[in-house]
Amino acid sequence: MTYLLQQTILYTVPLMIVALAGVFSERSGIINIALEGLMVIGAFIGVYFVRRIILLNAPLSFGQPLLLLGMLISIIGGCLFSLLLGFAAIKLKANQTIAGSALNLLAPALVLFLILLITSQSVLNIDSRYSSNDYFMLNQEDFGLGTKLENPLGVIGNVLFNKTYITTWICLALYIGLSIILYKTKFGLRLRSCGENPQAADSLGINVYKMRYAGVLISGGLAGLGGFVYSVTTVAASSNGDVAGFGFLALAVMIFGNWKPKNIAAAALLFGLLKCIAVGYPYIDINNDGIYFLNTIGISQHIYRILPYMITLVVLAFTSKKSRAPKAEGIPYDKGER
Amino acid sequence: MAKTLDKVKSFFKSIGRWFKSLVCTIDGREAKLLTIYHKPATKSIISSLISIFVGILLGGLILLIISITSGGKISLKAVWEGFRLIFIGVFNTGRDTNGNITFGFNSTNIGNVLFRATPLILTGLSVAVAFKTGLFNIGAPGQYLMGTAVTFIVALSIPTTIVPAWIVWILSFVAGFLAGALWGVIPGVFKAFLNVHEVITCIMTNWIAANIVTSLFDNNKGIFKHLLDPSPTKNLAYLYKTTENGVVTSKMGLDVLFPGSQVNGGIIIAIVIAIIVYIILNKTTFGYELKACGSNRHAAKYAGINEKRSIILSMAIAGGLAGMSAALYYLSGNTEFYWSTYQSLPANGFNGIPIALLAYNNPVGVIFSGIFMSYLNVAGLQLKNLTPFNEYITDIIIASIVYLSAFSLAFKEILNGNFFKRKKNKLFLENSQENSTKPKIIKEEESK
Repeated sequence: MTYLLQQTILYTVPLMIVALAGVFSERSGIINIALEGLMVIGAFIGVYFVRRIILLNAPLSFGQPLLLLGMLISIIGGCLFSLLLGFAAIKLKANQTIAGSALNLLAPALVLFLILLITSQSVLNIDSRYSSNDYFMLNQEDFGLGTKLENPLGVIGNVLFNKTYITTWICLALYIGLSIILYKTKFGLRLRSCGENPQAADSLGINVYKMRYAGVLISGGLAGLGGFVYSVTTVAASSNGDVAGFGFLALAVMIFGNWKPKNIAAAALLFGLLKCIAVGYPYIDINNDGIYFLNTIGISQHIYRILPYMITLVVLAFTSKKSRAPKAEGIPYDKGER
Repeated sequence: MAKTLDKVKSFFKSIGRWFKSLVCTIDGREAKLLTIYHKPATKSIISSLISIFVGILLGGLILLIISITSGGKISLKAVWEGFRLIFIGVFNTGRDTNGNITFGFNSTNIGNVLFRATPLILTGLSVAVAFKTGLFNIGAPGQYLMGTAVTFIVALSIPTTIVPAWIVWILSFVAGFLAGALWGVIPGVFKAFLNVHEVITCIMTNWIAANIVTSLFDNNKGIFKHLLDPSPTKNLAYLYKTTENGVVTSKMGLDVLFPGSQVNGGIIIAIVIAIIVYIILNKTTFGYELKACGSNRHAAKYAGINEKRSIILSMAIAGGLAGMSAALYYLSGNTEFYWSTYQSLPANGFNGIPIALLAYNNPVGVIFSGIFMSYLNVAGLQLKNLTPFNEYITDIIIASIVYLSAFSLAFKEILNGNFFKRKKNKLFLENSQENSTKPKIIKEEESK
């Protein structure tokens, strides 16, 4: 049970944050199909930064502060890369899907090119000296809660304080904070209006271009962060020009969640759970009785792997009538049009 | 004698007039070169060429930056060599005794360019056909994978001792086509009847296909695990090549033209298919219906076109083309298929997107952009072998070219001479109308 919850959270958090990235961009009216590419870039920049700092033996080259710096850098990297999308889609009124696909092609190519030059391998690790899998992991001892054998709070305590990452809690805070900004502030309202009816927004004195740039930049930052978080928590802080389709999955989560943060959180949780089952079903012990139920019923692993995608298809088929994309999404804003 | 002289004179005069008419206005008619220049197709080609040129320059710039920041590890000479290799790497013939890169006719490389272009042209067509109907077929990798699996199953399962090999070849080719088409129909149906965006269904079906194919050939429980190659070097990680059953694409004499390369008749088949697709799209009612749906689904419906049928058929054709791409690639007999593919999707499928975009979705243009793409790929391999750089630089270049081609609107306006005018005079709306005839990929009215 503990394992199931822990792993589910690890898969859910990047999905959530990247889906929110998609929301910010699309609600301002720019289709962001480049989430995957942004994640790849964010993961690479974050990992590369952490690696450089460790190799330089610079101050702060340890544990959590370094991780925080890495997160910041990956946000900046994502922002910069998303400017390419913003420039093409907003300034040059290019086709947003094409520009986004181009970034999806560019990101892995650029990252692999650089990684091969840096390490002459196809994977970039933070440092060979650390078995990096748990380098950034927080255990009970870090919270002063005794050794691993004691279980001060049972399952929930384990999930909260054992084998956890600081990134998880920061991302959750960011998610809630940004959702509030999107719905409860002037800025959020203006941003959303640009995705629904930019002409009307403009007539009320809102600078549509600025709002869309803001949407794309926030989107890029969040997606970059999501990529780095994914890399730290699930692939031992390495970067190989690939995030296993998480960016596209986040896109699905976003559509699934109907472009609304609350629904997206639920959808991401569902996906995280399915993803966790697909990867770790032989180790999942739901009621702690030592029997790995999912492993014993003898369903092929491929079925578990197909499940998240299959369920998305089925649910999309049933909910498509209710699905409501931002109205002006994908249409370049032209002041002369009314 | 004088008569013949006159004839010759008038002949030369007419040639002169023709050349003059190319560049000058005669009898009130516009100069022919200008007429050609004013055609939209020419402008598309020119803006594609600009994208390609700028993209390659960008690649050179990246090499230069890396050389400068490497602190002397990578010399400027290597950059210059790398840059030349990107342009004409296919004509590279290795290094001479002084260590200088030499260039000349290299039949192996040119043949390999054609060989690699075969699947690329077909997946490019797949994406292009869907684009013409206003659909973004990002599902080509999944359709390609289904085509791969079914082609292999048919090609390896029917014993050639009973059925002649060429019949098996045709059967597996058709089976690959059908498998891809079926897989393409799924997003089509979702789009037509349920109005689910095709991008999302395509992504889902991609990963479902990847998992299904993996489970089919799983070396533990898969139904078709007897098709895996148990030899020690392959160790069940790959399927048998189709040559195991004697099923292989005819070389059609191309191996004589390009000795030492992997080229086969597949490239000819691909080009023929591209031309057929061109004819269907541009010369038939059916093609017109598809394009009408792409321009405006609702207007097409109003005009009496069955838009649902058009969407589904378009996706079926797109999927079928991707399936054929896989069939041609693997029936060549010198390619292997790594079955455990549930974590990665085939690059051949995704590369269809840039190829179609570069060709402005014109099926004939796809032939050239497909060959260009594989040209760059082969050049990238030369770069990897001969310089400190690696082959991913060509992927960067391709991505930049696609990114630049998204600016086609801006490029075309520069070519039309309106780009700078518009800033001064915002009433210049007629020209922006002309540009909007290109089908918009995602139309928002549909999501209501």
